[in-house]
Amino acid sequence: MDSKKLPSIQSIETKHMAERADLFRALRSLDRRSFLKVSAAAFGAVAAKGLLPPHSFQPVSIAHAETPTRTVESFRFAYISDSHLYDRKINDRFVNALLRAVDDVNAMNPQPDFVFYGGDLAQLGQRAELELGAQILKNVKAPLRMMVGEHDWYFDLGEKWRSLFGQPQYSFDHKGVHFVVLNSVVEKDFWTARGLTPMQRMRTVAGLDNGVQSSFTVGTEGRSWLENDLRGKPPSTPLVVFSHSPLYKLYKPWNFWTDDAEDVQAILRRFQSVVVFHGHTHQMLTNRIGNIHFQGFLSTAWPWPYAPQGLPELTVEMGRPDPFDPNDGCGNGSVLMHPDGLADIVQNLWNRNPVTISRNYTLSNGKHDKPPVPALRSF
Amino acid sequence: MNTHSIRPTLLMAFLLGAGIGAACGGSPPMAPAPPPAPPPAVPATVAPVPAASASSSSSAGTEVLLCDGQTKVLVPEGTPGTAVAGSLMSEWLRKNPDANWETEERERHTLQPAADNADLVGQVSGQTYGKITAQDVALWKAETERTSLEGSRVFHSSDELGSTVGVSCDMCHPHAANTHPETYPKFQAQLGRVALLRDMINWCIQHPVRGKPLASDDPKMRAVEAYVLAQRKGKPLDYGRH
Repeated sequence: MDSKKLPSIQSIETKHMAERADLFRALRSLDRRSFLKVSAAAFGAVAAKGLLPPHSFQPVSIAHAETPTRTVESFRFAYISDSHLYDRKINDRFVNALLRAVDDVNAMNPQPDFVFYGGDLAQLGQRAELELGAQILKNVKAPLRMMVGEHDWYFDLGEKWRSLFGQPQYSFDHKGVHFVVLNSVVEKDFWTARGLTPMQRMRTVAGLDNGVQSSFTVGTEGRSWLENDLRGKPPSTPLVVFSHSPLYKLYKPWNFWTDDAEDVQAILRRFQSVVVFHGHTHQMLTNRIGNIHFQGFLSTAWPWPYAPQGLPELTVEMGRPDPFDPNDGCGNGSVLMHPDGLADIVQNLWNRNPVTISRNYTLSNGKHDKPPVPALRSF
Repeated sequence: MNTHSIRPTLLMAFLLGAGIGAACGGSPPMAPAPPPAPPPAVPATVAPVPAASASSSSSAGTEVLLCDGQTKVLVPEGTPGTAVAGSLMSEWLRKNPDANWETEERERHTLQPAADNADLVGQVSGQTYGKITAQDVALWKAETERTSLEGSRVFHSSDELGSTVGVSCDMCHPHAANTHPETYPKFQAQLGRVALLRDMINWCIQHPVRGKPLASDDPKMRAVEAYVLAQRKGKPLDYGRH
């Protein structure tokens, strides 16, 4: 891989980033009067198109309409996920996309309480890829929390990832909410019997449609860790779970799936409100199973198509991505945690209008606050 | 990386073993085969060794040469023909580790099956077909699926696609999802003109994959088209649809 030469031409993303930097430089040198003119024009254009999303990335007044219960405060965190970095010599596109996401979360005002990374920082689990990712993520101003994905793990079974980011399963408390981070990409050993090298193993797992690999699980070890972690917590504790794969069964051939999902859900069932956020699926994905609400993260690298079957009823698809816009269907987002332990998620689809999936939407089983349905559905 | 359009297959080896195809070593299976060579003079002791010529005989044994002119094994006098064929086969497999590529590709990436045409077996239909046998329909299916499998191999390999950025088709199109070949030709709004499926394959190869476009009749283009079409089996044609 290292033998590959740098592409001699500048990619369109590189040019885009350069143009963007120029624009920001130019904006900084505007005087106040011209700035007001520019921003008024921009506001007018947006208003004229009827494009004023309820939350988007404007600072949102924190929900004080709710009667504050318990000691939970409202707060906001941001997410970035699924960057799939190659070494920067091989591919600058995915690097630039992650840089863009870091810019986005750094530009949030007010700043999020923390930024959560949803896994698959690397494409092939290489040391150089993970180090590059860690280096870029150091630019995040808010505190950073990491989760592991299968692309980070199956070259050296997590050795490098752990040395950079610590244990893949951990929990923390923030403003009255209990957060749990799982390693849900545990696959049973398919490589030893086949005599696969670490790179062959990694490439097998890296192929979404590669049927040689096993299914994702949290695993017995992970589940007993989870049970221990939650032991003694009252059911009223607002609980947020992060897992790389969705903690339910959507579509097995692509591992949009966790094989022991029911067992994990059983552990979570006694809590009054649980929100599970997951990466891996690279698309807007909403689901609810009883008291458990599920939301998928966008990828910074590329969007996946929707699975041909098993799509949860609550899911409102994101608009069909345009391949001619390399960042379309990608993005990052933010989450507003409410005192009731449920969350509004803002999907910041790049070059599109952000989409808010409010807690009222999942709470009312889709009756209220339905996000806009795109004109072009997926094939 | 093997850049030949036709990869050695087990079937070819069997054909050689059965003494049918004298054309070996990378010729397309459909190419007219040269007339079979006259049966070589075989020492009586290693009698039935079809398609292999005994090139020399010595006190240590008999050297048997496969029709590729390269693969040879040395067998003691009196070795049964089946054993000689077995040795040649093992030697050939050792030199062609990719011989099982079809089985491996099928295991990795599910392929939609081609029509089995079972309803036609036993029927008679004119000059082209004659009486249609089970072997006929099996051959049609195997050959058709092989073309698609070759496409699957290219589709899933950034190296085969000539990507300069490590990107392959499956990274956005697992199992060729969201390729919708049934909607082409259509007016591709971003291009401002009508595009065929192969135009879009080439667009992807040039842009997200950042490789060189393929000629319309490039074996890789034909194979990728075959794979994409195979994977949308059962979808009604609806050209022009957005």
